[in-house]
Amino acid sequence: MGGFGGGNNAATPGMSGFRSALDHRGAAFAHNHRAMRALVDQLAADVATIRLGGGEAARARHVARGKLPVRDRIRLLIDPASPFLELSQFAGHGLYPEPVPAGGIITGIGRVAGRECVIVANDATVKGGTYFPITVKKHLRAQAIAAQNRLPCLYLVDSGGANLPNQDDVFPDREHFGRIFYNQATMSAAGIPQIAVVMGSCTAGGAYVPAMADESIIVRDQGTIFLAGPPLVKAATGEIVTAEDLGGADVHTRLSGVADHYAESDAHALGIARRIVASLNLAKPPASAPRTPRPPPGAPDDLYGVIPADPRAQYDVREVIRLIVDDGSFDEFKQRYGTTLVTAFAHIWGYPVGIIANNGVLFSEAALKGAHFIELCAQRGIPLVFLQNITGFMVGRKYEAGGIAKDGAKLVTAVATANVPKFTIIIGGSFGAGNYGMCGRAYDPRFLWMWPNARISVMGGAQAAAVLAQVRRDNIEAKGGTWSEADEADFKAPIAAQYETQGHPYYASARLWDDGVIDPADTRMVLGLGLSVSRNAPVPPTQFGLFRM
Amino acid sequence: MMFDTILIANRGEIACRIIRTARRMGIRSIAVFSEADRSAAHVTLADAAVAIGPAAARESYLDGARIIAAAREAGAQAIHPGYGFLSENAAFAEACTAAGLIFIGPPAAAIRAMGSKSAAKSLMERAGVPLVPGYHGTDQAPDHLAAQAAAIGYPVLIKASAGGGGKGMRIVTAPADFAAALDLAKGEARAAFGDDQVLIEKYLTRPRHIEIQVFADTHGNVVSLFERDCSIQRRHQKIIEEAPAPLISEDQRFTMGEAACAAARAIDYVGAGTVEFIAEGGDFHFMEMNTRLQVEHPVTELITGLDLVEWQFRVAAGEALPLTQNEIERTGHAIEIRLYAEDPLRDFAPSTGTIHHLRLPEPSAHIRIDAGVRQGDAVSIHYDPMIAKLIAWDHDRAGAIRHLARALATLEIDGVRTNLPLLRRIIGHPEFAAADLDTGFIARHEPVLLAPAAPASPAVLAAAAHRWLHDLPSHAAPSDPHSPWTLKSAWRLNGPACQDVTFDDGTAQFPIRIHPEPAGRLTMDHAGTSTTAAIAVLPDDRLTVTIGHVTTTLTALHDPDRARQDRIVIFADGAPHALRIVDPFAGSGTAHTAGGRVITPMPGRVIAVGVVPGDMVAAGDLLVTVEAMKVQFRITAPRAGVVTTLSCAVGDLVDDGAELAVIEAAPDPIPA
Repeated sequence: MGGFGGGNNAATPGMSGFRSALDHRGAAFAHNHRAMRALVDQLAADVATIRLGGGEAARARHVARGKLPVRDRIRLLIDPASPFLELSQFAGHGLYPEPVPAGGIITGIGRVAGRECVIVANDATVKGGTYFPITVKKHLRAQAIAAQNRLPCLYLVDSGGANLPNQDDVFPDREHFGRIFYNQATMSAAGIPQIAVVMGSCTAGGAYVPAMADESIIVRDQGTIFLAGPPLVKAATGEIVTAEDLGGADVHTRLSGVADHYAESDAHALGIARRIVASLNLAKPPASAPRTPRPPPGAPDDLYGVIPADPRAQYDVREVIRLIVDDGSFDEFKQRYGTTLVTAFAHIWGYPVGIIANNGVLFSEAALKGAHFIELCAQRGIPLVFLQNITGFMVGRKYEAGGIAKDGAKLVTAVATANVPKFTIIIGGSFGAGNYGMCGRAYDPRFLWMWPNARISVMGGAQAAAVLAQVRRDNIEAKGGTWSEADEADFKAPIAAQYETQGHPYYASARLWDDGVIDPADTRMVLGLGLSVSRNAPVPPTQFGLFRM
Repeated sequence: MMFDTILIANRGEIACRIIRTARRMGIRSIAVFSEADRSAAHVTLADAAVAIGPAAARESYLDGARIIAAAREAGAQAIHPGYGFLSENAAFAEACTAAGLIFIGPPAAAIRAMGSKSAAKSLMERAGVPLVPGYHGTDQAPDHLAAQAAAIGYPVLIKASAGGGGKGMRIVTAPADFAAALDLAKGEARAAFGDDQVLIEKYLTRPRHIEIQVFADTHGNVVSLFERDCSIQRRHQKIIEEAPAPLISEDQRFTMGEAACAAARAIDYVGAGTVEFIAEGGDFHFMEMNTRLQVEHPVTELITGLDLVEWQFRVAAGEALPLTQNEIERTGHAIEIRLYAEDPLRDFAPSTGTIHHLRLPEPSAHIRIDAGVRQGDAVSIHYDPMIAKLIAWDHDRAGAIRHLARALATLEIDGVRTNLPLLRRIIGHPEFAAADLDTGFIARHEPVLLAPAAPASPAVLAAAAHRWLHDLPSHAAPSDPHSPWTLKSAWRLNGPACQDVTFDDGTAQFPIRIHPEPAGRLTMDHAGTSTTAAIAVLPDDRLTVTIGHVTTTLTALHDPDRARQDRIVIFADGAPHALRIVDPFAGSGTAHTAGGRVITPMPGRVIAVGVVPGDMVAAGDLLVTVEAMKVQFRITAPRAGVVTTLSCAVGDLVDDGAELAVIEAAPDPIPA
């Protein structure tokens, strides 16, 4: 690891000649470490609360009916002791008047019988598992990941259907409830297996989840499937019928054929689901052989000491890369050109990656370098990893005249049209067009994660307040008025506060602008899992859009 | 002249043991084997081996003609019969001689003289050897025998005259029980030996079994190699033997030795023999003489430093005994245990199966191991279920016990049930340490000796959890071999890693929540407590578990039976813990009965009804016959229970899916 200060073995020296300047004993390291540790501890505590779902009483009622809590279902479904990459943990966080932990639905990627699968599991302890708007969005996001990476889908259904008070934001639009079944049909058509396990209610639209599935399982005395439940039937026709007789396991496996497998219990059903997946006759497609992974030269939480506690302080992003990639694999490209963007070939968990990381404001050269590097990776079929910490493109007459807009456009075009898997981690600021050039949500990275110190908005809070204050001052002064410093400060404070609230990772994550907030120490793991998942889908050749010259 | 080739007409540990001495003396060994033993240890160890027939002993190891033919074919000059099988078969000894082969054992006449217990006792009585008061006559009339029993005084023992090994043996404590016991003893004797003659003896209440090893040559020399105490027996089968016998006086030792030599002389004995006495207080009485090498001969070897098989070879080759009585010395104390494939908790029933895992203690100056099986060998129904003998020696008895206890703590076996836990408890019992021995020892201490094993400790559960995690399949795709998805750390995003598993040790279930941690650590929640253990993996399936300040070394095997893979077996300081991994997905198997409703799969006409409401039915019982499309469908009970509703009658036309009957689970099991 000749290039890295922490190197201590016989790895081939990298081309970059980077030497880590990280001083573990320094005051800055300790200060930074403490600050990030506090954010990570808070993150763990917040997620622990979310993990409780609908609370102790609801959970007790659920268990008393012989049902397993949703996370226990998932744990049983996936291969023992295998990882579970949960998605959108903060969905719905602070979004509604009442708490809707995790959006009332647990989604994620887990291994079932050795196959990476997307799991979508209703949490019936949260508002009966009904679909809030964010529940729909989270369900659709999980399906999008399944479609993009060709992952079998397992739906553990236990839901009362659409949340009726919110029906206008749930039912009619393109990206609303109907899209769930559209996705099931189109994924099935694409050969991506759709398996449903009915472990509770499956009412109205929800009935289509098992009905649209390739194969479905229903749990005796728990699962019900019907277009209209007993109350609606009674209201409509006067017929009085129990839920079990209307759409229970016996009816659907013996008479209607809506479900295929009759299970005695949640556990039995999950065992059947595992056997179904084991016999899907799917294998990961052949791909270039990954290398044997080599752990990075430092501890994962060394990253805490790297990131300045003060978000305005500059640091070398190579220190971050060093702690994420395989030891000795870091080869920087165009190191001496466009230096505010670091581009490098490396390996993560043995998988080749092209890393694009901000190391300052984007200038034309940096944008051109980024576009060039993306072309290289697309040509070579190398997945891209974006480490976002970007305040934006450089502004000013010189740069506008230099064509920074068209160079920025080249980067955005390259990002948008490169067909290799893309992964984005927002490790700091994500502001303005920088977000686009660095593969923000709109650019369909396979996964997008945020660190707890990250901020995302069209521009920084202070910057936005300053811009708006300048406009207002110009307005006032044009009319001959005056504006005191104190008035200006009063004007700016709520703007800065609003940006701070809305730029916070929890705010972003609650709305699914990302796939989750992660502990920086988990970055390598999360990327490794995602890279492995992406290998389930073949990479089509890239046809870039037109680059304005 | 010493032989250059011998044939060993035996198998298992004794065949191996004889081969070793032969090899040391430069003698070529020929093994024989049945079809069941084709790759057995003794076959591999021998210089050559000859197949002698099918697995059944009668058609192989007991087939004297085939063995003699094998010996001639292989160029052997002598046959060592070992113990058991043909070792005390006078006709075989004669057949060897007739075939020009030397039988390494006593003359046929000596075997015959001791073969009938009654005759032997008469002979010994004449030679002045003390006998247990008893009746050994040929008048077998029940009334006569009852009168003899009364004359001897109760309790008495009825034994088959031709018997051994406990068959045809009955203890009678009161005259009223005599007739019934006599019938049973005679029946067993007839079945086992083809001869229902019995003898009756005084039954001693706390007798010790003490025997004298004698050796005689063809030059008229007879010596005693001291005694062995074989009092620790189960169902009249010795399982622990030691030499010298503790707590007997030099006088008694000398007197018994003299008596044994007298017994040998009385029958012109040649070779190794054992004169068995029953002793109580200072008295001892002749029981029988075994005209062969005994299973327990190693304890004599360890205290005398002699090789009794070598002596057998020399005597058989016509040499004089290597030492005179005065030259024979003894040093220290030796104890032997016999490891049997049997289930002490099921009345010592033999246990058969494959020995998936066998780790014997390291031999040393203090530990000798005579084993005839290796890991992977089968213990079959055909032969004696003894697996191995462990013999410990030290300067005194306490030292021998200490060494034996440690050796037993390191002995690991899985695949068959064994008497190992029982042996460990006997060796560790204070009354054994105090040498308070008699043949009733095991029966007297049974509640302690056969108590259930201690439940799995936290260290055992941690080791099991670790091994289970470690051995979970990683499902690595060929195109993605190093994927982090193959990790078995139960990784969770922003959450504690955890994984549940339930072990079942046959008595209780152990539901455990495992929290894997880096660097071999795991925290385990069980029974309301949380335990953190640090685990380090050692070679050979061994690992150390550190909980708090205590580090334990254990062996952890993931089902030694590779075909099943549903058990973790942990050996913790001698105690085996077989933990079945409970299948979390197992259904109860009633998934397809859809409650108790019985429906017709076809529309048709009911042509027969076999039950009425209230009937108890078993799963599969015929309920109704429906005819449709000229085919008769037999509708059977999907489960056992009570017919609570009968929804059809003969002649009814029933629709597809119509209910025919309802069967509710029976409140109680159906009486047989």
